[in-house]
Amino acid sequence: MTPKGESLLWIAQRASAAVLAICVTVHLATIIYAVQGGLNAAEILGRTRGNGAWLAFYSIFVLAVAVHAPIGLRSVLMEWLGWRARSRDLVLAAFAVVLAWMGMRAALGVFL
Amino acid sequence: MKVSVWKGGAEGRFHQFDVPRHPSQTVLDVVTYIQRALDPTLAYRYACRVGMCGSCAMTVNGVPRWTCRTHVDKVVRNDRIEIGPLKNLAVIRDLVTDMSGFFDKWARAKGQFKPSRTRQEDFARVPPQSENRKAVDAAIECIGCGVCYAACDVVAWSPDYLGPAALNRAWTLLKDERDAGRLERLRAVAGDAGCHACHTHMSCTERCPKKLSPTAGIAGLKREVLKATLRGEL
Repeated sequence: MTPKGESLLWIAQRASAAVLAICVTVHLATIIYAVQGGLNAAEILGRTRGNGAWLAFYSIFVLAVAVHAPIGLRSVLMEWLGWRARSRDLVLAAFAVVLAWMGMRAALGVFL
Repeated sequence: MKVSVWKGGAEGRFHQFDVPRHPSQTVLDVVTYIQRALDPTLAYRYACRVGMCGSCAMTVNGVPRWTCRTHVDKVVRNDRIEIGPLKNLAVIRDLVTDMSGFFDKWARAKGQFKPSRTRQEDFARVPPQSENRKAVDAAIECIGCGVCYAACDVVAWSPDYLGPAALNRAWTLLKDERDAGRLERLRAVAGDAGCHACHTHMSCTERCPKKLSPTAGIAGLKREVLKATLRGEL
């Protein structure tokens, strides 16, 4: 990969980390607030179904994870396993797609 | 005191020596005593003995140090010292490492000054209080001893990584207003083998005998690469 490409990956990871810092905080605060007084499936679905703002928030969350995690794993694979070949980046691109797909599937599952 | 000294190349073992203690004795004094009085075959490297040349660095009780300025009193434990070659460098023999890979990386990081003026032009005037000059002052006193390189975890994990000293050198040139190699240098230090590989463990900053902070320079390189990437210069 070119220096520019590697620099862009680094920027994407730092930017996604900043997004995740906000998303994780909001996510945890919401959980703590929502579980007070008990929690059941109907109550959750009542909040999430058809809630566009909720879907937008979790879509951003999922996409930030799909960007952030594979770039971090890229360094881990290089440093721990010495895996530097192009095959590593192809596998991680596939991993990013799987993360995005699984995350969006879960978000859409309680939205629709 | 009991002194264990590495003998051999990559394959070898620690040999034990009894060395008399003296006031203000340095680790280099200990090694010199062993070579002159106990084992003349011991290979080690030094030149200035006063912390200027950067040639006597060794691993002392597991920690990379400049041995000429390290007092025995500071490092001795239970009247014992273990002295080995620097880590992350190939051992030539005993305490002598092959520094060529270390300095080759300075060249790979574009560590050469690239003048922006000819000798026919006037001197560049760089105000001592300018931000760039202050950044250079904070990082320029590197003696090339290799202590930071031996202390760096990322160098151990990624043999391609340029390492703290080469990146610190690139940083000082990047902040040098007379230098004309900015983009070429940023391209050389960006990416997996350059500044972006640094985990900010700060072992280099912790161990640098000159109290420099290569970590700060590497963070500065990350900022400069970021700006150049966003401007589409890289």
